[in-house]
Amino acid sequence: MSKAAELAKMGEVLTNSQIGGRRNIIINGAMQVAQRGTSASGLGGTNNDYQTVDRFKIIAVGTAGRVTMSQADSGLNGFKKCLKLQVTTADTSIASGELFGISQAIEGQDLQQLKKGTSDAEKVTLSYYVKGNAAANYTVEISDADNTRHNTQSFSVTTDWTRVVHTFAADTTGALDNDNATSFQIAWWLHAGSDFNGGTFTENTWASRTNANRVDSNDTSFFDSTSRTFEITGVQLEVGSQATAFEHRSFGEEEQLCQRYYFQTLAVYYMNTYGNNPSTYSLGLYVLPTGMRANPTVTHSDTSQGTSFSSSANDRFSVLLGANNSSDSAPRANFQADAEL
Amino acid sequence: MIIKDAQYKEKNIINKKYIIATIDGKVSSVPLDPDNRHYAEILKQVAEGTLTIKDAE
Repeated sequence: MSKAAELAKMGEVLTNSQIGGRRNIIINGAMQVAQRGTSASGLGGTNNDYQTVDRFKIIAVGTAGRVTMSQADSGLNGFKKCLKLQVTTADTSIASGELFGISQAIEGQDLQQLKKGTSDAEKVTLSYYVKGNAAANYTVEISDADNTRHNTQSFSVTTDWTRVVHTFAADTTGALDNDNATSFQIAWWLHAGSDFNGGTFTENTWASRTNANRVDSNDTSFFDSTSRTFEITGVQLEVGSQATAFEHRSFGEEEQLCQRYYFQTLAVYYMNTYGNNPSTYSLGLYVLPTGMRANPTVTHSDTSQGTSFSSSANDRFSVLLGANNSSDSAPRANFQADAEL
Repeated sequence: MIIKDAQYKEKNIINKKYIIATIDGKVSSVPLDPDNRHYAEILKQVAEGTLTIKDAE
């Protein structure tokens, strides 16, 4: 690149990008945090949930294929971890309604800087590092959940780590709600039936979301072989038309950002008791480490240690231990609190 | 999301109304918060007629 071109590029970055402070809208883009565990197998079918790496959700619709999802060592300089998918059951008979991929959902109140739906709407740039077991082509989509719109682009993977950069056009249609619900879903589609790739695929154009137009029909099917792997890390979404260097955040910062959506204890936790009558009940209160996105669903691994879990706020929940606790009146549990999108 | 055995819990000593349900095999306490994805899915399945929520005992 010539000096003049470099200066021009720097000028554009200075003009159109947020070069200071927080640039990356994606949480856990370096795949450092995996509170739920580092590996989950047999995923596919109708599995639509968070399994390993925080904030990255499996989306599966009717696939016969199955994968193992893991937080793996990347081998990529500067990124110790990646999200890895490995096919364990192939599916070469693709039904029309099948769909498989990974996604991250983003709250509307974290996207207002895009000025979407106004005449000042900003371009947005998505970048990430990907690698596969062999060459393949897939689709990435930004889906606007508030206005049922989307923008899609295709990308390629090779057997080497490659940084993929997509700059998405500004969208002057459809403002995003300024709330704690999903406004954007960033999805990497790796397998799709004709219900999702049978229409007209258009690169980098915002349009009303039509399922048939969501995936490029020329894409590889991830489930075509049990040899297939897909690895991704260094995911960054930023305002503007330039992909800046990945914004590395400390593990502690990233973990706290993740805990807005999911938190679990690492060991059995004895709770502070604020109501206690050992012959009938004891009542515990657990204050969560950070306010969660919504009042969380609470699950627990040992029902003998708490008969009733109730979250009535986004930063705490109560545990009631029943009448059969005369020998041990302190509520305790290994629990999970889920306020994911 | 597979949801079974949904039942309201209310007016116990915690004095909060919520739903106990088995979600993807896990017994879960679901708050009546429309921003909670499990509560939203319960309401969706109820509207579709595929799930009923038992009254509190």
